[in-house]
Amino acid sequence: MIARDFFIYLFIMAGVTYLIRVLPFVIFKGKITNTFVKSFLYYVPYAVLGAMTFPAILFSTGNYIASVAGLAVACILAFKEKSLLTVAIFACAAALIINLISMVIL
Amino acid sequence: MRDFKNGLRDGIPIALGYISVSFTFGLQAVSSGLYWWESVLISLTNLTSAGQFAGLDIMIRGGGFWVEMACAQLVINLRYSLMSLSLSQKADGSLRGIHRWLTGFGITDEIFAVAMGNKNDVSRSYLYGLILLPILGWTSGTLIGAAAGQILPEVVRSSLGIAIYGMFLAIIIPPAKKNHAVLKVVVIAVVLSCAFKWLPILNTVSSGFVIIICTVIAALVGAIFFPVKEGAE
Repeated sequence: MIARDFFIYLFIMAGVTYLIRVLPFVIFKGKITNTFVKSFLYYVPYAVLGAMTFPAILFSTGNYIASVAGLAVACILAFKEKSLLTVAIFACAAALIINLISMVIL
Repeated sequence: MRDFKNGLRDGIPIALGYISVSFTFGLQAVSSGLYWWESVLISLTNLTSAGQFAGLDIMIRGGGFWVEMACAQLVINLRYSLMSLSLSQKADGSLRGIHRWLTGFGITDEIFAVAMGNKNDVSRSYLYGLILLPILGWTSGTLIGAAAGQILPEVVRSSLGIAIYGMFLAIIIPPAKKNHAVLKVVVIAVVLSCAFKWLPILNTVSSGFVIIICTVIAALVGAIFFPVKEGAE
């Protein structure tokens, strides 16, 4: 790809993404008082993260069993309210262990 | 200043998570034929995972697909507008004018989720602190992935892929445990998302649209059946 095309793409990507983020943030200055809208916005982050995590987490390590192991570990630690970093590291460790075991067995 | 430090601290786990994800982006970008500095520039200016991977797919086909690129970014990243709208409701008085134009750049899934997880309203110092390290992590991870991606063995690289989802679970499970309405909203979103993955016809919908549809339906159900009482957030 020639440099000119790269920079056009970069400009489009970055520009669209930036405007999507910043316009609602700049436009909505006051507090919304409508209970329905407030409730909707309150649930958005949980809905987004739920939809992004499942089922994608099952395909995140290239090995279904390793992903399930990581998922199980993450759920237990998250349920115990461990920090984000702790949960992430132990989920990776569980997946890595299963991945290594399956390399040895297969 | 304390707000800024708190933001930095809360940003550390996000930054670490980003290094592993952007690492794979840098790796993939270079193996697709981009220069290392091109992949780093993309990460620095976009700060988004799904959008960048989709953008990469379009870029490597060569020039000319400008409209498709714009539409793909719009659809995949439209969720950010819901988030920044949501975050605008939690911003305190210090977040005004130019500061919204600047901090708005840093609204990502994780930064948004962490900011919303705060008990208090979000100040601009906190938001600047929160955004700083994840931007560094996202950009440097891309650089490392692009420059030295071959060093880590494949088994380690693929195991790191679960990191970001572990963080997501750590964000949603504690509130879902205490609040049954949140739990139900999450379950609805998860069931819908799985349906879009595995059911015929539904599985042809692009991933960006899937997230928007699942989010809107689940949050609508929540707003209709479990309205949040005044001050209960």
